[in-house]
Amino acid sequence: MENLLSIITFIPAVAAGILALFLRGDDSAARKNAKWVALVATATTFLVSIFLLTGFDPSDTGFQFVEEYDWILGLKYKMGVDGISILFVLLTTFLMPLTIGACWQMETRVKEYMIAFLLLETLMIGVFTALDLVLFYIFFEGGLIPMFLIIGIWGGANRIYAAFKFFLYTFLGSVLMLVAMIYMYVEAGTTDIPTLLTHNFASDTLNIMGIHVVGGAQTLLFLAFFASFAVKLPMWPVHTWLPDAHVQAPTAGSVVLAAILLKMGGYGFLRFSLPMFPVGSDVMSTFMLWLSAIAIVYTSLVALAQEDMKKLIAYSSVAHMGYVTMGIFAVNQQGIDGAIFQMLSHGFISAALFLIVGVIYDRMHTREISAYGGLVNRMPVYALVFLFFTMSNVGLPGTSGFVGEFLTLMAAFQVNTWVAFVATSGVILSASYALWLFRRIVLGDLIKESLKSITDMSRRERLIFAPLVAMTILLGIYPSLVTDIIGPSVSALVTDYHAAVPVSGDAPMAKN
Amino acid sequence: MNPTDFSTVLPEITLAVAAMAALLGAVYTGKDKLAAMLNWGMVALFLILAVWIGAGITGERTAFDGTFNDDPFARFAKVTVLLAAASILAISHEPMLRRKMLRFEFPILIALSVLGMMVMVSAGDLIVLYMGLELQSLALYVVASFRRDNLKSSEAGLKYFVLGSLSSGILLYGASLTYGYAGTTDFAGILSTLGEGAVPVGLLFGLVMMMTGLAFKVSAVPFHMWTPDVYEGSPTAVTAYFATAPKMAAMALFARLMYDAFGTIPAEWGQVIAVLSVLSMFVGAIGGIGQRDIKRMMAYSSIAHMGFAMIGVAAGTVIGVQSMLLYLAIYIAMNIGAFAFILSMERDGQHVTSIDSLKMLSKKAPMSALAMLIILFSLAGVPPMLGFFAKFYVLQAAVNADMTWLALAGVISSVIGAFFYMRIIYFMYFAAEEDGIDARIGTVQGIALMGSAFIMVFGIVNLFGVESIALMAAETLVR
Repeated sequence: MENLLSIITFIPAVAAGILALFLRGDDSAARKNAKWVALVATATTFLVSIFLLTGFDPSDTGFQFVEEYDWILGLKYKMGVDGISILFVLLTTFLMPLTIGACWQMETRVKEYMIAFLLLETLMIGVFTALDLVLFYIFFEGGLIPMFLIIGIWGGANRIYAAFKFFLYTFLGSVLMLVAMIYMYVEAGTTDIPTLLTHNFASDTLNIMGIHVVGGAQTLLFLAFFASFAVKLPMWPVHTWLPDAHVQAPTAGSVVLAAILLKMGGYGFLRFSLPMFPVGSDVMSTFMLWLSAIAIVYTSLVALAQEDMKKLIAYSSVAHMGYVTMGIFAVNQQGIDGAIFQMLSHGFISAALFLIVGVIYDRMHTREISAYGGLVNRMPVYALVFLFFTMSNVGLPGTSGFVGEFLTLMAAFQVNTWVAFVATSGVILSASYALWLFRRIVLGDLIKESLKSITDMSRRERLIFAPLVAMTILLGIYPSLVTDIIGPSVSALVTDYHAAVPVSGDAPMAKN
Repeated sequence: MNPTDFSTVLPEITLAVAAMAALLGAVYTGKDKLAAMLNWGMVALFLILAVWIGAGITGERTAFDGTFNDDPFARFAKVTVLLAAASILAISHEPMLRRKMLRFEFPILIALSVLGMMVMVSAGDLIVLYMGLELQSLALYVVASFRRDNLKSSEAGLKYFVLGSLSSGILLYGASLTYGYAGTTDFAGILSTLGEGAVPVGLLFGLVMMMTGLAFKVSAVPFHMWTPDVYEGSPTAVTAYFATAPKMAAMALFARLMYDAFGTIPAEWGQVIAVLSVLSMFVGAIGGIGQRDIKRMMAYSSIAHMGFAMIGVAAGTVIGVQSMLLYLAIYIAMNIGAFAFILSMERDGQHVTSIDSLKMLSKKAPMSALAMLIILFSLAGVPPMLGFFAKFYVLQAAVNADMTWLALAGVISSVIGAFFYMRIIYFMYFAAEEDGIDARIGTVQGIALMGSAFIMVFGIVNLFGVESIALMAAETLVR
């Protein structure tokens, strides 16, 4: 299995090609076939990706399953995973069959829909496995195309605006990164990520048009990558595309967007910004910590005021991503462990929350919070699932949401007490908006006429939620499953980072 | 003058003789009856010449005392021009026949313009340069106004002719200044004069004026004013031709003049080209946003793309020229597909070019819409399409030559430009369903469209080996 990563990456694309070329017609049989092909392909991808886990050696902090071929224009086709990226690959392959299952009732242009999702899966996995700068960029940017189409074709009423905003916003962020990548290529003479990880980019103070740039080229490179990853993650204040995109996207699109696409930003910070530009990161770290803290509090407050369920969850996603960046830029073992953990856990929880919205949206075709109330009377199973994921979103101990938040807060406390103080208040706020949402939708008396005949979750829907519940509990009570795999790679990253950062008067501990 | 001179220009002589023979034959035998046959005959001839030049000739030769160069750089340009011209003739055959526009003059004029381009890209002397340039321009002026009974087409032809003559005049004036100060019209002679010490100001004036004339031909801002009108007014087949072959020839000539004649002072022309390039990229990207006619939009698109290609020339390095050649080859491959699609846009048998007539095409013709989607994303430079690699490589050349600011301007303009390509996707995929164009597409156009989309997706595997050929071509130009 020496091409395991390529196989995992391209199974969905091959399935998409088969669908595009061989599936004809648009009757219900063809639609059913399209769904089955997509489900089988994504499930196969997941099963094959399990080999990745069994063959992975966590104690080796280098890249494993490496494949390398010469490619065009001096680039390389190189793939590989380490402790930081492997779990994101698995998260993607795990969630995709569930996503396909969630759009089983879809009846408009099903074939194209499935093709878009399959291509999207290939591109998402590619982001986490690429070990060549430009190859990474191709996967990273290529994902915009299917997502643009998913929002634009199958989205809600205001989908055009959302699709264009999503595309152009993220495209603008990314092209700056492209220039930085080209600069790195010219500077280091290679686009090979493992080589670049050991390359020392210049960090002497530069003077550009009278402005002193502390950290020099590294800071500029950091900012260029920041432009891309901060938009993707998204960080406050460049998060405004996300609520629009989420609200207009179809349920499955929101799930993928929240659970996987957002993680690319955090992954990017860990793969590029910290290890390649340690000095630049160090210069910017306090700034990043404060941005994170503001994101947590501000977007939680905004979430409180939402009337649309999806928008509320979208803002809650931004807040949770705030913990991720806070953990990353604390740059210590707990922080980065916590950030990765938080991303994985948010992958399950946000996917579940968007699916929860999807369940009632499929029945009532509205996302207005005020259109619901008292659902517990007709939908007990639904209420239970909703409660469970509300609690995980809040970070109840015993669920995976707790571990990530706790680790990142603890890490932030070590480097900057004030940031940790502000961020902790976000925990209370998240409890307020999540529980309040739950109360308004599920609890109370069922008085609305339209809801009197609503049905509880079907077998298919329960089947989709079961794995998500299982994973959330499993990671909550046994987090070492994750930290054992990521630990050694993270510890190597942290060690290298602190070795590269000049230890002057202000060591990270004394930043405040 | 000796026999090897003639053997060097044999492909050009063949084409010239064939064009004239075709003209005589068609005139004597009753005109348009031969048009269809002539059209396919020219396609075949172009393909044969492309294979001959591309595969049959190697090495570097000069003829007529160095006024005509036959080197890998010229051959790269010639093969691209020939293939582009052959494809355009092939895809325009059936639509022009159906719209009763296929006159026998069309393939002949195209052949003459191709001949002019082949001479241009081989020029080693200012006089040969001008001769080739005018041969292609005169042929193009005529085809622009090919639909004599149509006001817009006549307007396009006239506008192109007046502005084109003006630019030729400026170029000629620049050439005469250069001759006056260098004492020779020979590229090599100019180069050695420049190497002798201080550069006379008159020579710089000559340089700038010749660049102005050439900038007009590649439709670089601020000499682009004619482009949208001519693209819109000309018959679509002619627009398709304008957007492809002449661009390659003019850019190749641009590069050749800069390197062969002014190669010792790259700092002088590099910054001029850099400014032209930035202006073109932004004006092209912003100008395209408001367009409702797809041909006008493609005009702005080509302005922006020429801006990108010029980055490669401005960089002044081997990979700069290589990236420029690759860029143009990929650009032409995209445009052939796009114009195959535009040529077949019809509603009730009438050719339409408004963008909103594409509403919901993805329902009626899913495969055409998908191919067009791929080409549009490629034109916008979104990975993983080939168009991204074209942009990536010129940007890399810019950063490599310490022109990071140029690369930054390039990527920002490409985000702005992405919007108008996506507007077409919006109409094809997202818009409300409405009575739009017919779904039918001719066989040849279908093949060109699908082939172009195929290249855009699968070309990224190995670029079909064009990369190393372009490198060889660039190395002969930049020494």
